[in-house]
Amino acid sequence: MLEVTNLHAGYGPFAVLHGLNLTVPPGEIVALLGANGAGKTTLNRALSGLIRPTAGTITFDGTDITAARHDSIVRAGLIHVPEGRKIFPNLTVRDNLLLGAYLRGRPNRTRNLARVLDIFPRLAERLTQLAGSMSGGEQQMLAIGRGLMAEPRLLILDEPSLGLSPILTEELFALIARLNADGLAILLVEQNVMQSLAIAHRASVIEHGGIALAGPAAELADDPGLKTAYLGLT
Amino acid sequence: MTEIVIAGLVNGILIGGVYALVALGLTLIYGVLHIVNFAHGSLLMVAMFAAWLLAEKAGLSPYAALPVVSLGMFALGWALYRFVIGRVSRGEDRAILLATLGVAVVLDNLFLTIFGGDTRQIETDLTFAMWEIGPLLLSVPKLIAFVVSLALATALWAFMARTDTGRAIRAVAKEPEGARLMGIRPDRIFALAYGIGIACLGAAACLLLPSFFVSPHVGNVFVLVAFTIVVLGGMGSFPGAVVGGLLIGVTESLGGLVLGESLGPIGISLVFIAVLLFRPTGLFGAAR
Repeated sequence: MLEVTNLHAGYGPFAVLHGLNLTVPPGEIVALLGANGAGKTTLNRALSGLIRPTAGTITFDGTDITAARHDSIVRAGLIHVPEGRKIFPNLTVRDNLLLGAYLRGRPNRTRNLARVLDIFPRLAERLTQLAGSMSGGEQQMLAIGRGLMAEPRLLILDEPSLGLSPILTEELFALIARLNADGLAILLVEQNVMQSLAIAHRASVIEHGGIALAGPAAELADDPGLKTAYLGLT
Repeated sequence: MTEIVIAGLVNGILIGGVYALVALGLTLIYGVLHIVNFAHGSLLMVAMFAAWLLAEKAGLSPYAALPVVSLGMFALGWALYRFVIGRVSRGEDRAILLATLGVAVVLDNLFLTIFGGDTRQIETDLTFAMWEIGPLLLSVPKLIAFVVSLALATALWAFMARTDTGRAIRAVAKEPEGARLMGIRPDRIFALAYGIGIACLGAAACLLLPSFFVSPHVGNVFVLVAFTIVVLGGMGSFPGAVVGGLLIGVTESLGGLVLGESLGPIGISLVFIAVLLFRPTGLFGAAR
């Protein structure tokens, strides 16, 4: 579904990704693990068209989207729920969700909203509240809900558990597994290694702007060197 | 005595309606998008000249010309943002400030060269029309301007609250990257919103023309007042712009009555300071 080949990207003269390769097959969760500064966020920004890669190709659903503009990438169904959520704090929960479906038609929007509110009953209770006044956990739900409004075929979740309590984190991972069970492909970028590997089909470890280790999630979970060698954890 | 005060009050409210009209576009541009639009006064001047030319050369009444002038100003504002302000500034505040100031200098001098420094006026059937209510004399053009500014404020408020584009404008102003991830193009939204703000000036110009003069410097009369109103009303609030406009109009009118013509305008600054002292976010501003 998503095929990243030999990707180079960065900010001006600062190259961050050096020939990165990554595949997300349809219907699977791929966990992307790596320490801070390894290039995870840069990869996501390149995938969603916020920065333009300097070399390599990104193919989504058989179409080359390497040089595509951010709005055509959204229209194609590659949706990025960013680190730090980036919800609209000055808008109500309802307006945030409606903007998620900005590029979709009105009938779809109504249907998507009903579905998202079904998944997140908490958001249904807070539709008229300003998004910025909600708790961190609720804001994360809103960010994912807004992403789902856009009718993703592949959802990129960048550090969704950041700043959440252990209980909320557990709920979040259960939700991600549930979304995937409905057929949604997910690229899960996380620092929560063991919980991510538990729900993922495959995993890749990113280091110094390239993939250092990749394989089925179950194998990587058993790899004794994973934590110490690549993630800087002890 | 009371009659004079009441007359001053009513006159202030009517003038305030005109001020609100000029401030509405700025509320969108400066209050919501945080573009410090130094060209606001100059673009009002351009719109007034457009309405004046249509009246003088084509015999079109300013009220009939309103849709045309508004549409033309929208196109001008959109193009200015798309090709000048947006391109020069690349979203940087300092650069936006200089870009809009540059546009103002160019427009002011361009019109000074073409039309000279004279003030011009048109006379319509309504210019001196008065509406008598008991002891009060209401200027009809000002009354029309007042009513339209209320209607325009309501329309803008509904547009911002209820439409996709309105939501996108508010979203882009606060969180452009989040907006891009939803497929919204901030550059387009900014140009569109700037165009709409400038279109408001087109409407304002047509409503001003029957009771006001035109000259290349006419913008200066309004621009400082408009900035004051936007901040006073609460950045980005359309009801705030109307109430702020009325407050400034009444203050100016009564200030002139009590303190005399030359000392009167000091009241505006006093009200401004007092409001910001007790409500730093402005009258209708959201807490931030």
